[in-house]
Amino acid sequence: MTLWLILTPALAAALCAALPAHAARLNILASAVTLILALLLLGEPSGTGWLRADALNTPLVLIAAIVGFSTAIFSAQDIAGEGFDTARSRAYHAAFQGFMCAHFLALLADNLGVMWVAIEAGTLACVLMVALHRTPAALEAAWKFFILCGVGIALALFGLIVLALAAQPVAGHAEGQLSYTALRALAAQTDPALLNLAFVFLLVGFGTKAGLVPMHSWLPDAHAEGPTPIAAVLSGLLLNSAMLAILRGKSIVAAHPETIPPGAFLVVMGIATLLLAAVSLWRRRDARRLFGWSSIEHMGIAAIAFGIGGVAGHMAGLLHLWGHSLIKSAAFFAVGRAARIKGAQRMSAIGGLATSHPALGWGLALAMAALAGLPPFSLFASELLLAAAIGGTSPWLLPVFILGLLVAGTALLHAMQRLCFGQPTPQPAPMQAGLATLLPLWGHLLLAAILALALPAPLSRMLHEAARMLA
Amino acid sequence: MGFGDTAYDVAHVLGGAMLLISFVLLYQRRIFSLVNALALQGMVLALAALWQGYVQGAPQLYLTAVIAFTAKGILIPIYLRRLVLQLPPARRAEPASGIGASMIAGFMLVGLSILVVLPATAGARALAREDLAIALSVVLLGLLMMVTRRTALAQIAGLMTLENGLVLAAIGVAGMPLVIELSMAGLVLVIAVIAGVFARVLHERFDSLDTSLLDSHRGEGR
Repeated sequence: MTLWLILTPALAAALCAALPAHAARLNILASAVTLILALLLLGEPSGTGWLRADALNTPLVLIAAIVGFSTAIFSAQDIAGEGFDTARSRAYHAAFQGFMCAHFLALLADNLGVMWVAIEAGTLACVLMVALHRTPAALEAAWKFFILCGVGIALALFGLIVLALAAQPVAGHAEGQLSYTALRALAAQTDPALLNLAFVFLLVGFGTKAGLVPMHSWLPDAHAEGPTPIAAVLSGLLLNSAMLAILRGKSIVAAHPETIPPGAFLVVMGIATLLLAAVSLWRRRDARRLFGWSSIEHMGIAAIAFGIGGVAGHMAGLLHLWGHSLIKSAAFFAVGRAARIKGAQRMSAIGGLATSHPALGWGLALAMAALAGLPPFSLFASELLLAAAIGGTSPWLLPVFILGLLVAGTALLHAMQRLCFGQPTPQPAPMQAGLATLLPLWGHLLLAAILALALPAPLSRMLHEAARMLA
Repeated sequence: MGFGDTAYDVAHVLGGAMLLISFVLLYQRRIFSLVNALALQGMVLALAALWQGYVQGAPQLYLTAVIAFTAKGILIPIYLRRLVLQLPPARRAEPASGIGASMIAGFMLVGLSILVVLPATAGARALAREDLAIALSVVLLGLLMMVTRRTALAQIAGLMTLENGLVLAAIGVAGMPLVIELSMAGLVLVIAVIAGVFARVLHERFDSLDTSLLDSHRGEGR
C-alpha cells in the first residue's frame, strides 16, 4: 500500500508529461486514486520496512492526499485560466504529481537520508512551478526559494551526517545509521555532544524549509508568485514534511537524557516566528503574501507546541498541522479565485467579495476566521489545547503566546473585513466562482470543523498514540 | 591514528587542499577561473573519496569517487563554461569588493568550525573528527560565498562548494549508506540544470546575471 502511494503519483507524473492534452484530467484521476490509497492505509496496522506508516505520519499522509485531490480539482479550472502553452502545462502537471510523489516519500520513509532526498526533490519541483510565470517577480521569488532552501537543505544534510557519525559506534549495520526507528532506539547510547551538534543543524536546515524565523524570507514570495495551486500545496504539504523532519530529529535527540533539551530551541524560534509574523500580517498589501505570512505564524505556533512537548503539547502541535493544512489550502483556493475574478491580487483590488460572490466570499471569510483561531474549526481547538499545555509547564510564556495570537488574529480579521465585506470592487469581466473552487473550499472547511467537533475514532487513536510516542 | 600515519596524513592533505580551494573561490572574481577552481575542487574531492574507500575498505566509495570526478570535475564545469561563454566579455567578471573582509570572515569561520566540532566529537575517531571540522569549514565558506557574491553563477558556485563539503563529511563517516551519496550526486546534477535554466532566463530578461537586479521586483504591489 505505502509503495503504491509513491508509485501512483510517479506514474502519473510520467503520463502527464507524455500526454499534455489530458494532463488536467489525469491529474485529478491520479489524485483520487492516491486519496483512496491513503484512506485504505488508515485501516492498516503500523508497517515495517523502509517505508513505514505509523501513527505519526499516517494522518499527515491522509491530509496530504485530501489536499492533493482538492488542489487537482481546483487547478483544473485555475490552470485553464492561466492560458499556459503546452510546454508549461506539461511542466506544471508533471511537477505537481512529482511533488506529490516526493512528499509521500518524505512522510513515509524510515531512512532519514531518503526523507532528506525526498524533501529536496519536492522543493526542486516547487521551484520550477513557482518560476512558471517567468515575470521578474516570479523569478525573484523562485531564485530566493531555490537559494535559501538549497542552503537550508544542505545544512540539514550536515546534521544527518553528524547523526550518522554519532550512531556509528553503536549501530551494528550500515543501514541502521540513518534509520529513524533504529536511531531512536540507539540514541541513549550515543555521544550527547554529537547529538546536540546534529540537532542544531537539523533545526536550522529543516527550519528554513518550515519557514521559521529568521530563515523565512523565501516563504511569502514563493506563495505569492507561482500559480495559486502551488501556494496551496506549499503551505498545506511542504511545510508539514519539514516540520515532521524537525520532529523526528527532536525525538531522536531527546531520547538521550544528557543532551541539551531540544524543546527550548524550538520554543524560542517558535515565539520569534509567531511575534514577527503577527506584526508583519498588519502590513500586507498583497492578498497571497498575507496568507504566506499567516503560514509562517502557524508554523511558529506548531514549533512552540512541539517545543513545549509532553503528550498535550505534541497533540496540540499535530492537530494544528492537520487543521492548518486544510484551512490554509482552502484560503488559497478562495483568494486565488477571487484574484482571478477581480483581475489582481492586491488587497485593495479585492473587496466586497461576500456581496458580489456570496458563496466564495463567505467561504473566504470563514477560512480567515478559522486562521485567526475562531471556533468551530480545529485551529481553535489546537490553540486552546496548546494554551492549556503552556499554562501547565511554563506559565510565564502564556502572555507572550496570547499576545501573538491576538495581534495575528485581529490582523486577519481586519483583512477579512476588507476582502469580503463592504462595497464590491469593480471586476474586469463577469465571472462566476465555479464549483471547482467552491467544492474544495467548503469541503475543507467542513473537514476542519469535523476535526474540531467530532474527531473520527481512528484519527483520534493515532493522535494519542503519536503524542505518547513522541513524549 | 595521528600524525605520521599515512592514512591520516593523506586524508588531511586532501581535505586541506579542498579548504584551500574554497579560499580561492572566495576571492576569485573572474568567472572562468571560478569554474576552473570548482572543477579542481571536484577532482580533489574524488581523490579524497578514493582514499577513504581504500582506507576504510569500502568499495562503494570508489563509485562516489567516479561520480564526483565525472559530474563535478568534468561535466558541470563544461556546462558552466558554456553558460559563461554566452555572456558578453564585460560580464565575465564581478566588480571587486571587500576581498579582505571576506577572507578575514573566512578565517574566522574556519576557526569557528574547529572550535565547534573538535570538543563535540571527542569520543569519535581522530580521522573522522578532524575530517568533519574541515568539511564544516568548506560548508561554511560556501555559505559565506553565497552571501557575499552578487552574480547568479557565483552563488551557484557557492552552493556547489557547500555540497562538496557535505560529501567530504559523508565519506569521512565510515559506513554511511551509499544511497545518500548516489542520490546527492543526482540532485547536484539537477541543481546545476535548474541553475542553468535560471541563468539563461535571467540573462534574457535583464541582460545580466546580477541577482541584485531582482531585489526591486519583490511584489507587494507598490
